[in-house]
Amino acid sequence: MTDFAEPGALLGALLPEITLLLGTLILLLVGAWGGESSSPTRRSARFALGIVGVTAVAVVFAWLRGDGFTTDDRLTGDGFRWAIDLVLLLGTAGALAIFDTEQLRTRAYQAEIPVLMLLALSGMMIISASRDLMFTYIGLELMSIAVYVLAGANRSSARSAEASIKYFLLGAFASGFLLYGIALLYGAVGDTRLSALGAATPSAMYLVGVALLLVGFAFKVGAVPFHLWTPDVYDGAPSPITAFMAACVKASAFAMLLRVMAEGIGPAIVHWHPVVWWLAAITMVVGNVVALAQPNVKRMLAYSSIAHSGYLLVAVLAYSQEAAAAVVFYLLAYTLATIGAFAVLGIVSEGRETTVTIDDLSGLWHVRPGLAVALSVCLLAFFGFPIAGGAGFFAKWYVIQAALASHTPLTVLVVVLVLASVVSAGYYLTAISAMFNRPRPSQLPMPVQTPLLSGIVMVVAVVALLVLGVFPTPASRLAAAATLRAAPLATPVAGTMTVSAPTVAATEDAGSTP
Amino acid sequence: MASLQTASGHPLDGTLAEWVWLLPLLPLLGALVNGALVLWPRLVGAPDASLETREAEVQRRLTGSRLLTTLVGPGVLLLAFGLALGLFATMRGADALTEPFIRSYGSWMPAGSLTIDWALQLDQLSMLMTLVITGVGFLIHVFSTGYMAADAGYARYFAYLNLFVAMMLVLVLGANYAVMFVGWEGVGLASYLLIGFWFSERANAEAGRKAFIVNRIGDFGLLVAMFLLFSTTGTLDFTGAHAGMAIATPAVLTAVALFLFLGCTGKSAQLPLYIWLPDAMAGPTPVSALIHAATMVTAGVYLVARAAPIFAGAPEVSLLIAVIGAVTALFAATIALRQWDIKKVLAYSTVSQLGYMFVGVGTGAYAAGVFHLVTHAFFKALLFLGAGAVIHAMHGAYHHAHDHTSDPQDLRNMGGLSRWMPLTSGAMWVATLAIAGVPPLAGFFSKDEILASTFARAHGSPLAEASLLGVSGSGLLYGVYAIGLVTALLTAIYMTRLMLLAFTGANRTGAPAAEALHEAPSVMTAPILVLALLTLIGGWLNLPAILPLGPAHLLGDWLEPVTGASTRVLAGEAHLDHGTEMALIGVAVAIAAVGIVIAFLRYRSPVRTASESAPELGIGALVHDAYRVDAGLDRLVVRPLGAFSASVLWKGLDQRLDRAFVSGGQALARAAGYAHDRLGEGDVGRFAWVITIGALALLAAFTVR
Repeated sequence: MTDFAEPGALLGALLPEITLLLGTLILLLVGAWGGESSSPTRRSARFALGIVGVTAVAVVFAWLRGDGFTTDDRLTGDGFRWAIDLVLLLGTAGALAIFDTEQLRTRAYQAEIPVLMLLALSGMMIISASRDLMFTYIGLELMSIAVYVLAGANRSSARSAEASIKYFLLGAFASGFLLYGIALLYGAVGDTRLSALGAATPSAMYLVGVALLLVGFAFKVGAVPFHLWTPDVYDGAPSPITAFMAACVKASAFAMLLRVMAEGIGPAIVHWHPVVWWLAAITMVVGNVVALAQPNVKRMLAYSSIAHSGYLLVAVLAYSQEAAAAVVFYLLAYTLATIGAFAVLGIVSEGRETTVTIDDLSGLWHVRPGLAVALSVCLLAFFGFPIAGGAGFFAKWYVIQAALASHTPLTVLVVVLVLASVVSAGYYLTAISAMFNRPRPSQLPMPVQTPLLSGIVMVVAVVALLVLGVFPTPASRLAAAATLRAAPLATPVAGTMTVSAPTVAATEDAGSTP
Repeated sequence: MASLQTASGHPLDGTLAEWVWLLPLLPLLGALVNGALVLWPRLVGAPDASLETREAEVQRRLTGSRLLTTLVGPGVLLLAFGLALGLFATMRGADALTEPFIRSYGSWMPAGSLTIDWALQLDQLSMLMTLVITGVGFLIHVFSTGYMAADAGYARYFAYLNLFVAMMLVLVLGANYAVMFVGWEGVGLASYLLIGFWFSERANAEAGRKAFIVNRIGDFGLLVAMFLLFSTTGTLDFTGAHAGMAIATPAVLTAVALFLFLGCTGKSAQLPLYIWLPDAMAGPTPVSALIHAATMVTAGVYLVARAAPIFAGAPEVSLLIAVIGAVTALFAATIALRQWDIKKVLAYSTVSQLGYMFVGVGTGAYAAGVFHLVTHAFFKALLFLGAGAVIHAMHGAYHHAHDHTSDPQDLRNMGGLSRWMPLTSGAMWVATLAIAGVPPLAGFFSKDEILASTFARAHGSPLAEASLLGVSGSGLLYGVYAIGLVTALLTAIYMTRLMLLAFTGANRTGAPAAEALHEAPSVMTAPILVLALLTLIGGWLNLPAILPLGPAHLLGDWLEPVTGASTRVLAGEAHLDHGTEMALIGVAVAIAAVGIVIAFLRYRSPVRTASESAPELGIGALVHDAYRVDAGLDRLVVRPLGAFSASVLWKGLDQRLDRAFVSGGQALARAAGYAHDRLGEGDVGRFAWVITIGALALLAAFTVR
C-alpha cells in the first residue's frame, strides 16, 4: 500500500492519465499542423494507437507498483481501476484500428476524431480511478461531451448528425438527474467522497439522491427504460464510433456503477436492491425480445448491448468480490467480441451509405469465409456459446456463478438470465445461419480485401476469445486480482444483505440499521 | 499427482520423454495442414477473372494440394513414429521405471474440488500402444497414398486420418479419464467421418451414423463410470482414482467396472453392441485396417488393461468380460463362415478376435490380451490392406471392362487371383496362418497364451471362486476355454475359405475384366510386406517360457509395472504344470490344422459367381444375414421408436408446441419490436418523457412504501 501523499506517489498513480493527456495534446498539435501527409486522419489514428500502447505500458507499470490511495480517499490505485483501464485501452485500440479502415474507404473524417476518442478515453480512466462523485462527474462529462461529437463525426451524413444531437440532448437531460442526485447526496452527508457516503446513515434526502444517481447511471449503461437513445445513436453513428461506444463507454459506465454502488451507496442497499433487480430483469427481457425483430445488424447489436447491460446488472447485484471479478472478465470478453464484430461489419458494409442488414450477410461464407468465421465467433461469444463462442461462455458462467453464490442468491434473476439468453439465440444464430446456409445473392458486392489493421483486430479478437474459451484461468485470475480496495464488497453491510431481493420491500426497518 | 511425482524426481525427468506432448500434436498439425489443403483449391478468389484462368488456377492448386498431402499425411506419422522409437529407447535405457511419467500442460476444468489437467502419461502400456498406433498407422498411411490416389477427396481423407491418429494418441497417452475420454470421443468422430467418407451414397452415411449412435450407448456407460469414480475418489487421474478405488466398497467397485466395460463393448464391438462394426466397412478399406481392426476398436481392451486395478478388484465383472468375449468370439466367427463380401468376413473376424482379447484381459491375463492386440494389429491390418489391394484390382478390372453391376468385393466374383497378385496372395497366406494359430507365427503365440491362461485360472484363482448368476467361475472358465477352441477351429476354416475363394481355383471375373487384373503398385505392396514380416516375427515379443525359442515373456515383463500387480491378484494360486501346457499347445495346433484341412476339403469345389448364385435358404441364409439381428433390432426398436417419435412426439407434441409456442413467441417478438419501434421513432421529446416517467417510477420505488 502506498499513500499518494508520499512524494512522487501521486504522480506515479496518475502516470497513465498524464501520459494519455500529454499524448492527446501532442496529437492535437500534430493534427492542427496538417503537414504534408496525404492522409492526416489516418496518420493521426496510427499516432493515437501508439499513445494508447504507451498508456497501456504505464497502466501495467502502475498496477505492478501495487495498491495505492490518497489519504483523503479521493483517488484509488486498486486492481479494479487498472483492470478496467486495460479493457478500455483494448477497446479504444480496436476502435481506432476500425476507424483507420473506415477512413481509408470513406475519407469522410477529420484528423481530430482520434483526438476526441483519446479525450473520451481519458475521461473514462478518470472515472475508473475516482472515489469522489465530483471527480466521477468530471470524468463522465469529459467522456460524454467527446462522445456526443464523435457520434456526429461523419459530417456528410444526416443520420450521423441526428444521432449526435439526439445523444447530446438526452445525455444532457440524464446528466441533470445525475448532478442533482450528487447535489442531494452532498446535502444529506456534507461530502461527495464515496467513503463518506458509505459511512452515512441514509436519510430521506440521501435516498432521493441515490434514486436520481441511479437514473443517470441507468441512462449511461442503457438499462430499460432509459435505453431508447441506444438503437438510434448506435445505428446513426459511424461504425468505429459505435464500436467505441458499445465497448468502452459501456465498460466505463459499469465501472462507475459498480464502484459507486459498492463503495458509496451501500447503506441504502435495501432500497436500491429491488429497484436494480427489476431494472436487470426488464433490461434482459426487453433487450433480447426486441432484438429479435431487428433486420438491421447495427440496431440488432444495439439491443444486444442493452441485453448485455442486463446481464452485467445481475453481476452488480451479486455484490461480492467474485462479482467484481466476473464484471471485469465479462467486460473483457464483451469488448473483444464487440470490436471483432464491428471490424467485420466495417468491411462488409463496404461502399454503402445504408447500414448492414441480415440479408447483406447472406452467403458471406462462400465469398469471404474468414470474415464469416470471425463474425460467427464474435456473435457466439455474445450468445455465450461454449468453445466456439470462446470467452463469452465463461463470461456468462462467472456472472451466474457469482449471482448464485451471492449473499442473497439471485436464483430467479439467474433463471431470467438463462431464458433471455435462450431468446438471444434467435437473432445471433439467424445472422450466422444467413452467412453459412444461404447462397450469396449475385447483386451483393464482393467485400474488399481486409486492410491490415482491421485484419489484426479481427484475428486478435477471435484468437483471444477462443483461447480464453479453453483456458479462461489466466484471465479470470487476473480479473480476480482486480479487486476493489474498499471493504463493503468483501464484508456486506451488516443486516442488509441477508434479505432476498423481491422481498426487500417488506423489511422496512432494515434500511435504518446499516 | 503430477506435481508430487515431479517433486520426488522421476527417472525420465529431463529426458526425451519431456517431448511426449509432440506425439499427438504432430498428427494434429498434419490434420490442420491437410484440412487447409482441402480448402485451398476452393478459395480461388477474384470472381471477375476469366473462367479459363480461374479453372487453371484451381487445377494448379489441386495438383499442389495432392502433392503436399502425400508428403504431409504420412510424413507426420513417420515423425511421430520416430519420436515414439526414441521414447521407447529412452524408456529401455532408464531404470526403475515403476511409476508413470506424467506431465500436466495446464488446468482444464478447475471446478470446486474437481481439478482436471491436460495431462499426458507415459508408461509401458501407453508406450506400447503408441508404437503400434504410429508404426502400423504410418504403414497404412503409405498404403493409402496408393489406394486413394484417384479419389477427389484425397486431402480430406488424410485430414481425417491424421485427426484419427492424433485422437488415438490422446486416448492412450491421457493421464486421466477425462483426457482419455477426449480421445475416446475424438476417435469416434474420426471414425464417423471416415465411415461416411463417401457420404454421397446414403448407405455409407447411414453406416457412419449407426456407428456413432451405437457408440453413444457405450459412452453413456463410460461417463457414468467416470461420475462414480469422481464421486468415490474425488479425482479422475488414473493413479489417484485407482489408488482411491482400492478402498472403495465392493458394490461401488463392481458398478464402476461394469459401466467401464459397457463403454468397452461399444467401442470394441462386443455383444450386444457389435452391430455397428460390420456396417463400418462402408469406409475406405485402409480405414477399416487402421481404425476398425488395428487401433480404435482395441481401445476397449486398452481401457480394461489400463483400469486393471479396478477390474482386479471386481472378479465377477472380470468373469463377465471373459464370458462375453468368448460368446462374441464364437458368435462372430460363425457369421464370418457364411459371408461373401471379403470385407465382411474380415469385419466379423475382427469382432471375433476382439472377443479373444477380452477373454485375455477378462481372465486377468492383461499382458496376454494386450499381446494379442499387438499381433492382431499386425496380421489383421495386413489382411485388410491385402483385401484393399484385391478390391483395388477388382475395381480397376471391372472399370476396364465397363462392368458396373458386379461387386468387386464379392468373393464369388474373384478366384485364382494369386496368378496376378502373387505378393498380396503370399502375404495374406502368412496372415491367414497366423490368425488360424499356426506356429511359429504371431497369432499362434498370443492366442495360445490367452487360452492357456484361461485354462490355468479355471482352478485355484479368485476368478474360479467367484460366480456369475449361480454358475461357478471354474465351470465358466472351462466353458470359455472350450468356446475358445471351437472359435479357433472356425477361424481356421473361414480364413482358409476366404483365401481359397479369392486366390485359388478358376478365375471368375470374366475374360474382359481379367485382362486388366494386376498386382497393386509398390507403394501399396510395400506396407503389406512389412506387415507380413511383423506377422512372421511378432510372436517373439512374448514367447512362452516352455518353448526354447528365445527370451521368454518380453512383453509381459515390459508391462509388469502397469498390470503386473493386477494380474497376480486375479491369477491367485493358479498355475500350469509343463505337461498340461504342452498338451494345450498340442491341442491348439491340432485344432488349427484340422480347421485348415476342413476348409480345403469343403471349399475346393468350384463356385458360381454372385450373379449366378441362387439365394441361400434355411440356416445358411440365417447365418449369412448375421442371424438377422439388425433386421430384428430394426423391427423391434428402431421402427417402433421412429413411428412413436413421428406420430406422437413430432406431429402430436412438437408441431403443436411449435405452433403454439414458437409462432406465438415470434408474433410476440414482432409485436414488441413493432411497438418499441413506434415508441422509439425519432422523437427526442418522447424519449425524454419516457426517461422522466422512468425516473419518477424509480423515485416512487425508493420513497413510497
